[in-house]
Amino acid sequence: MEITRREFFLKSARSAGLLALGGLVWSAYVDEVTASKLILRPPGALMEKDFLAACIKCGLCVEACPYDTLLLAKPGDNKPLGTPYFIPRDMPCYMCPDIPCVPICPTNALDQSLVSKNGILDINSADMGLAIIDENSCIAFWGIQCDACHSACPLLNEAISLEYRKNDRTGKHAFIVPIVHADVCTGCGLCERACITQKASIFILPREIATGRAGDHYIKSWSKKDEARLKNAKEINTKTKISNRPAIDSLNDMKGLLDD
Amino acid sequence: MLQFSDRIFDIEQKGDSMALNRRDFLKSSAAASAAAAIGMSVPLELQAKANTAETGWRWDKAACRFCGTGCGIMLATKAGKIVAVKGDPAAPVNRGLNCIKGYFNAKIMYGADRLKKPLLRVNKNGDFDKQGDFAEVSWERAFDEMEIHAKKALKENGPEAVANFASGQYTVMEGYAAQKMMKAGFRSNAIDPNARHCMASAVVGFYQTFGIDEPSGCYDDIELTDTVVTWGSNMAEMHPILWSRVTDRKLSDPDNVKIINLTTYTHRTSDVADMEIIFKPNSDLALWNYIAREIVYNHPESIDWDFVKQNIVFAASPVNIGYGMKNPDTEKSMDKYTDLEIEIMKKEAKKVISKAEAPALAPYGYKEGDVMVNKPAGLKHWEISFEEYKKFLSPYTAEYTTEVSKGNPDESDEDFMKKIKELADLYIEKGRKVVSFWTMGMNQHTRGTWVNTLAYNVHFLLNKQAKPGSGAFSLTGQPSACGTAREVGTFTHRLPADMMVKNPKHRAITEKAWKIPSKTLNGIGNQHIMKIMRDIEDGFVKFAWISVTNIFHTTASAKHWIKAAREMDVFIVCSDGYPGISAKVSDLILPTAMIYEKWGAYGNAERRTQHWRQQVLPVGDSMSDTWQWVEFAKRFTVKDLWGASTLRNGSELKDVRAEAYKMGYSDDTTMYDILFANKDAKAFKLDLNDPIQKGYDNTDGAGDKRNVLGSDGKVFDGYGFFIQKYLFEEYADFGRGHGHDLADFDTYHKVRGLKWPVVDGKETQWRFNAKYDPYAAKANHGDFAFYGTLAKKLAYGDLNGITNKDKKSLKNKAKIFARPYMDAPEMPDERYPLWMSTGRVLEHWHSGTMTMRVPELYRAVPEALCYMNPDDAKKLNLTQGGLAWIESRRGRVKARVETRGRNRPPKGLVFVPFFDEKVFINKVCLDATCPQSKQTDFKKCAVKVYKA
Repeated sequence: MEITRREFFLKSARSAGLLALGGLVWSAYVDEVTASKLILRPPGALMEKDFLAACIKCGLCVEACPYDTLLLAKPGDNKPLGTPYFIPRDMPCYMCPDIPCVPICPTNALDQSLVSKNGILDINSADMGLAIIDENSCIAFWGIQCDACHSACPLLNEAISLEYRKNDRTGKHAFIVPIVHADVCTGCGLCERACITQKASIFILPREIATGRAGDHYIKSWSKKDEARLKNAKEINTKTKISNRPAIDSLNDMKGLLDD
Repeated sequence: MLQFSDRIFDIEQKGDSMALNRRDFLKSSAAASAAAAIGMSVPLELQAKANTAETGWRWDKAACRFCGTGCGIMLATKAGKIVAVKGDPAAPVNRGLNCIKGYFNAKIMYGADRLKKPLLRVNKNGDFDKQGDFAEVSWERAFDEMEIHAKKALKENGPEAVANFASGQYTVMEGYAAQKMMKAGFRSNAIDPNARHCMASAVVGFYQTFGIDEPSGCYDDIELTDTVVTWGSNMAEMHPILWSRVTDRKLSDPDNVKIINLTTYTHRTSDVADMEIIFKPNSDLALWNYIAREIVYNHPESIDWDFVKQNIVFAASPVNIGYGMKNPDTEKSMDKYTDLEIEIMKKEAKKVISKAEAPALAPYGYKEGDVMVNKPAGLKHWEISFEEYKKFLSPYTAEYTTEVSKGNPDESDEDFMKKIKELADLYIEKGRKVVSFWTMGMNQHTRGTWVNTLAYNVHFLLNKQAKPGSGAFSLTGQPSACGTAREVGTFTHRLPADMMVKNPKHRAITEKAWKIPSKTLNGIGNQHIMKIMRDIEDGFVKFAWISVTNIFHTTASAKHWIKAAREMDVFIVCSDGYPGISAKVSDLILPTAMIYEKWGAYGNAERRTQHWRQQVLPVGDSMSDTWQWVEFAKRFTVKDLWGASTLRNGSELKDVRAEAYKMGYSDDTTMYDILFANKDAKAFKLDLNDPIQKGYDNTDGAGDKRNVLGSDGKVFDGYGFFIQKYLFEEYADFGRGHGHDLADFDTYHKVRGLKWPVVDGKETQWRFNAKYDPYAAKANHGDFAFYGTLAKKLAYGDLNGITNKDKKSLKNKAKIFARPYMDAPEMPDERYPLWMSTGRVLEHWHSGTMTMRVPELYRAVPEALCYMNPDDAKKLNLTQGGLAWIESRRGRVKARVETRGRNRPPKGLVFVPFFDEKVFINKVCLDATCPQSKQTDFKKCAVKVYKA
């Protein structure tokens, strides 16, 4: 039953993808491309633009997934038609060590090298997204003793660890709260799946969306690791509204200087 | 009494009872430094007004449904349904917080498949048929069938053929009602709770050591101690609120406070620990003795001889006591056991001393290869000299202990030795306060009683017991294992307030209190929960009623009991809210009111009794367990139950009817009239102006608007009196004045629980300590008085037996026991090379009947996994997330392999949780028990694991 249903959806999504390629529903496709910023891709996916260019919507990765995690976008999903994605709250990526969805990709849209270390498949290096915690709705931050996300994390104590803080309100019950380590989190979504609040208080966003970026011009003196960012540091050129004009121009411009 | 209640109420007005005790405590200069830390953190926000009238909903206090921590909660009721829950900020245990399970208290009663009508197995004509399918029947029909089958059972095999699987989740009142009907009505002691599976070893440990049940300390120890040592207890997942207190203590003074976790596999409790010690299953026996040896041999100056001489005697007991299994040479139904099973069961008769055991058993005259012939020894023990105890300890050197105990093959002997030395040093360090916590790891153990007593040894030698911040502290799994199973005494061998069925004086006291003829009570109480299962398999027990437990899910060697339930001539009744495995294997299912659908009380692990009112009407036609027992009592008369009968061992239960007539009863007086609706009971009036009752339903007392058709086919409109209050007060009278003093019913509805003994309106934080416990002060025995009265006269002897039969009184003293390391009966070998341990996860309660119906918890942890070491998985060609069979001599289950999860076993051990009926791990577990406590060892059996 499960399999036939799955095959059915797979088939309809594939044909939709093919139709899309044929240009028959081209306008819908364009709309759905714009929505792709929030989509979560299988492990090893190239950067979204490159991925869309490389993916031939064959569905092999979806078929290979033993957990029915991966879906092929159908019309109405508001996603680039025929491309694979997953919804962690419904079915997260279980991070199979042999990553069956990746080597099977015929076009390297899912790139083995992105999920390998020293030439060996390593699912821990996957980067599907990043877990974000809403501390207002996460009940651990209220003091409730919940660590469902932490317990569910396949990189337990590495991607999600627990932090212990004193609780001054009760005077004797420590807060035990989850902390996501962005450098380790793969975005598998097992935490989002496990979260016991009505709407998940920990959820996966594509890393591009989920992260800010501090400039490379400042390095944490207390972190050896942070030194690595220096590699990207480039010649600095700055321009603001006030420095917009060549110095000589602003120097020669006395207008308004004495206005009240 | 009025004055008493007023005092308590006064305390409550000030905030809570703890605060008062804390102020008292602050005065004590002895613990001033530790108290300062506490004093600083007395919370500001305390009051949670019960029954606050807010538009549209009502808040009222209750106790959490789940574990033995005993958190206080507040329930919001709207239009007759519970809609929300909050932690009770005034509850001293949890101060408004909860764990993930407590967070869902509002959802547990409203699962889609809640049982709403009685269900009976019938054929197509509607007659009862053991092979039939379940169909809805009336309550009247349900009781008709129960009556027929209970009477048939009595006729065929006597009172012992009628059994009740009782519960540590029974409310106090329900347990008391069941106990009365079973022991006084049916004259059957075949009532035993699931709590047998969870803390019986702790109980026997308390009895043998202190002469009275339950911990000396309280949770305040956490804030006062310098050292928390967990032994076989994953507190972080199983007692999360207590763990948050331990964590807070660590954060308050991180350099001084040490946390040590002793376990057979890494789990979350290790996260905060300063040190984790992974030991081999069963070898906690050696570790405790190693610490004692360090004290006695290497740090004799640390022994507080003044304390020891005044308060302690040394004791020994037989070691060839078997493993609580059926002995294949002497027991029935062996045709139902396979050769593989019998292989292990043979050790019940005799065993060969292993290389590991030999040094520990050398002081008892055994050497490697000797055959030890086992003999049932009961609870026998005798006094020995300190020199004899010292001789007993001599084998437990660091080297021997490391050889026996080191549980992680990848750890070096040196590292392990260093760790256990450090552990011993923490216990020994002068002035350092130490609390040892344990739960199932030490209780579910074929030497569970032994290892419990060994814990007290260490604390006693150092005079670190029954003091603020110091003590060995047995935590409890179930919410009322203490309050109901232990204090009410719903065990086969117990009566209320630590009295015993085998003691004629105790029976006489009980008979008088229950207004039943002298000699009604049966003095043979040996049908513990495993025995009831085995009695069903042997065809002896013919009627078994399951209450507030899913016992066919949670009993080891499960296949045997399920087959017995379905194939033997036995009528099984299951009272439950949801269809679990136990309901499935039953013949009749009774839809049962759940926790907040009835008035109730629970008692937690720190002796705190907490009451709640009925918040809502039960779902469907569900009725409370109290109601079910009381209605059943209406079906049995003096004539039916109180004639003569012969027990299984040949002894006679006397005909007590003549005595009954003298008491004003006739042949046709029902047990209902005698046990439940007597003159005393009717004095507890239903009164809508009573501030405790006003505005709350009382289905048992007054019926309710559902107009449920009762056991006589007519609308049930209540008993007309306050039956829960009657049951509580009658029960509580047993303990008042005997060290078990409870406050009165109304008081408990005003406070956030009180820790018994409650004397002169004041609860007791540290028992046996004359400074805090009025009973200890009264004993006039110095700073401490271990005033329990059980097993307080001992003969004298040496390790091998009694040499002088004259019994000497040990009034007010406690005991240090010589009890050696021994192997578990089933250990890994070539065919079954891995240890298998079962237990729980934070998200699910026991067999999951409630928590697996909460969508959020189900989604978080939908299935039980097989946690194993990645190297073992690799060796066995198993993949992360792939399916594997876990197979023992008794059965197998399929589960997904988890090598990177919350539990991280060392090589050689797997852990499979037991909440999941689809991964029915009790088919794999072995039903060996501690021969003294009869508690099953769920933590150890041998398995092989292979790809499915």
